[in-house]
Amino acid sequence: MENKWNFDVKKLGPLIGFFLLCIVLSILSDSFLTVNNWMNVLRQVSINALIAFGMTFVILTGGIDLSVGSVLALSSAITAGIMASGTNGFTAIIIGLLAGFLMGALNGVVITKGRIAPFIATLATMTMFRGLTLVYTDGRPITGFASDDILFQMMGRGYFLGIPVPVVFMIVVYVALYFVLKKTTFGRHTYAIGGNEEASRLSGIRVDRLKIGIYSLTGGLSALAGIILTSRLNSAQPTAGTAYELDAIAAVVLGGTSLSGGRGWIFGTLVGALIIGVLNNGLNLLNVSSFYQQVIKGLVILLAVLLDRRKEA
Amino acid sequence: MTKPFVEMRGIKKAFHQHVVLNDVDFEVRAGEVHALMGENGAGKSTLMKVLTGIYERDAGTVLVDGREVHYRHPKEAELDGISVIHQELTIIPTLSVAENIFLGRESTIGRTGIIRYQEMEKQAEVYLKKLGIHIDPSELAGNLSVGKQQIVEIARVLSTNAKCLIMDEPTAALTEREIQTLFEVIRTLKQQGVAIVYISHRMEEIFTICDRISVLRDGQFIGTKRIAETNFDEIVHMMVGRQIGERFPKRNATIGEERMRVEGLTQEGVFENVSFSVRAGEILGVAGLMGSGRTEIMEAVFGARKADVGTIYIDGQPVSIPSPRHAIEHGIAMITEDRKQKGLVLNMSVRENLTLPKSEQLATAGVIQTVKEKELVSSLIKKLNIKTASPELEVKALSGGNQQKVVFGKWLAMEPRILILDEPTRGVDVGAKKEIYEIMNELTAQGVAIIMVSSELPEVLGMSDRIMVVHEGKVRAILENEGIDQETIMRAATGGKA
Repeated sequence: MENKWNFDVKKLGPLIGFFLLCIVLSILSDSFLTVNNWMNVLRQVSINALIAFGMTFVILTGGIDLSVGSVLALSSAITAGIMASGTNGFTAIIIGLLAGFLMGALNGVVITKGRIAPFIATLATMTMFRGLTLVYTDGRPITGFASDDILFQMMGRGYFLGIPVPVVFMIVVYVALYFVLKKTTFGRHTYAIGGNEEASRLSGIRVDRLKIGIYSLTGGLSALAGIILTSRLNSAQPTAGTAYELDAIAAVVLGGTSLSGGRGWIFGTLVGALIIGVLNNGLNLLNVSSFYQQVIKGLVILLAVLLDRRKEA
Repeated sequence: MTKPFVEMRGIKKAFHQHVVLNDVDFEVRAGEVHALMGENGAGKSTLMKVLTGIYERDAGTVLVDGREVHYRHPKEAELDGISVIHQELTIIPTLSVAENIFLGRESTIGRTGIIRYQEMEKQAEVYLKKLGIHIDPSELAGNLSVGKQQIVEIARVLSTNAKCLIMDEPTAALTEREIQTLFEVIRTLKQQGVAIVYISHRMEEIFTICDRISVLRDGQFIGTKRIAETNFDEIVHMMVGRQIGERFPKRNATIGEERMRVEGLTQEGVFENVSFSVRAGEILGVAGLMGSGRTEIMEAVFGARKADVGTIYIDGQPVSIPSPRHAIEHGIAMITEDRKQKGLVLNMSVRENLTLPKSEQLATAGVIQTVKEKELVSSLIKKLNIKTASPELEVKALSGGNQQKVVFGKWLAMEPRILILDEPTRGVDVGAKKEIYEIMNELTAQGVAIIMVSSELPEVLGMSDRIMVVHEGKVRAILENEGIDQETIMRAATGGKA
């Protein structure tokens, strides 16, 4: 899985696509290649990337997590709700992250112990968590909280060494997960489960435990994305994160990770998220109508996957 | 004899300068069963792929019925009556037997697409009768045994008016009884003038059913012999190019203390009151027909299946083994019957497969120690003589024999005290088989207790100290391997008295 051929081609494919996209957009639009615009793009990308990093692990095991958008919304609402009742930002953030983590763990338990296909299980929890968000918020945005809590305000809007804090989160999480996937038993076993679950189980790998861990990780990362979004908007929207699972899955697939599990790279997911972010941004800059934007995004995903297939043949 | 139906002369084929077939001759006549033999990687499959048009030949001629052909697609070969029965069956389990037989060629009312089921079932029955087998054409194919599914597949091929059948390891998944039925079918086909190419590693079968044998080695054509005029040793010599000596190497292990004892192991409807023991340095052979419960018993011992009652003792102490992980902690390793489904992660590298059960011991705080891992991997590759270009190669690129050695290696890495082997040499060529036997002998010399499940009776008789015979989930006999023969075992395995 680490031989030269795979390494080069698989990783370069999405990267070349990304650079081509950037070149085209910088020719078409003057404002594309500006520091300001890039800070903006990266800040937007970071939310999707954080979710997509977790999704990469899930998809590597051959699973899928449709509930990430709802987990994001409920964690966001919980964090905001707690702060609105006067609790400090730090505690609220921890509780929000924990909530996301537990929602992910619930996904994992339902999938492994309940033996329900991940698609079905997370389709159900997606609906459930969204419903709980609406119940909790009574269908209205939560606003007007923690305007003077520096830690919370920093999450979405701060800068660290001149880099937006969400982007810092994205980089730190990326580096950590890259290491986990490449160097640890957790990563090795993730690939093994996706490649052949039965053989992994018979090799003494605690398949259920690992999967629960992976879905929990994804839940936690979705919550982190939710908290960043809440801070950026200074409000928790009950409809936040709707359809985010699709952007996350798209990023993973654009990066060359196989939906059938066992093959993939988190670096690819980072590039995939960047491609989606740059595409969104570029189409906005070019004043393409939002209706056409969707058509173009869909076409790009199809094209990328088709090219990827070609290479494997 | 008649003139050849298929005649291949001077076939050459190379992939990127790597010559896989060099000047190969092969022919098969109508009404003949012609065995094609050779070690894994000798070029048997490539030769058949050249014949059926999956690969284009670089040089040589192919004559079918005396006419030179250049097939570009297996469909073209099929039109001339040449069909392949693949090792992995292509039956669709959710369709009926008749639907499977006529898949893609359904009998319909005009061009409406409305299927005439009765007509199809009637025709299906005709083809099945031709094979001398009774199968209900309206039965779901998935409800049939593997052996019957294979016969359905043969009926499908016959219904396309096949004149030449290529059978690739047709008996790999069959029970002894199903093999006999298949042989009856093959004999019937012979009488009807069908030419059959029979590819198998099982020497006994080839001497039972075939008329002639052609041997390939490293892409070279070694020769064709008539079965009546050759013998086992000569064929093996032709295949490996050297004398491999005794088929089953001698063993001199001292049998020690009892390592494991199983008492009253039962899983309702699967196996019942199974008791046996195995000692250090001993090989306990387990014989029984496929479906007798022998694999399930081993799965239960290894914790991969939950038994209802029963106790397992290791070194005299009762232990609980609720999962494979617990079995591994008790020093039990199991090499499963089906290496692709249960043994290997095919798209992972040789290195990653070899260290999978041991990865946690190779890690400090969850981080795998690369240096330690590489050392272990290179020592295993050397010890087992695994032929791979690099440890980083995906394991699916290896030949069957080498894949099986990787499975062995991954379990040897954990230095097991009890080793369960389920069909350890299935689909493995003669040379690699011998190497696997030698590994087993070396392990017993080190005091490992081995339980070996096998369908190949010569192997059970050749390797075991004692033989346990399983029939319908029950232990029928545990025999000392002295002065017993295949028939004694077969009688017990089919429910008779041992």
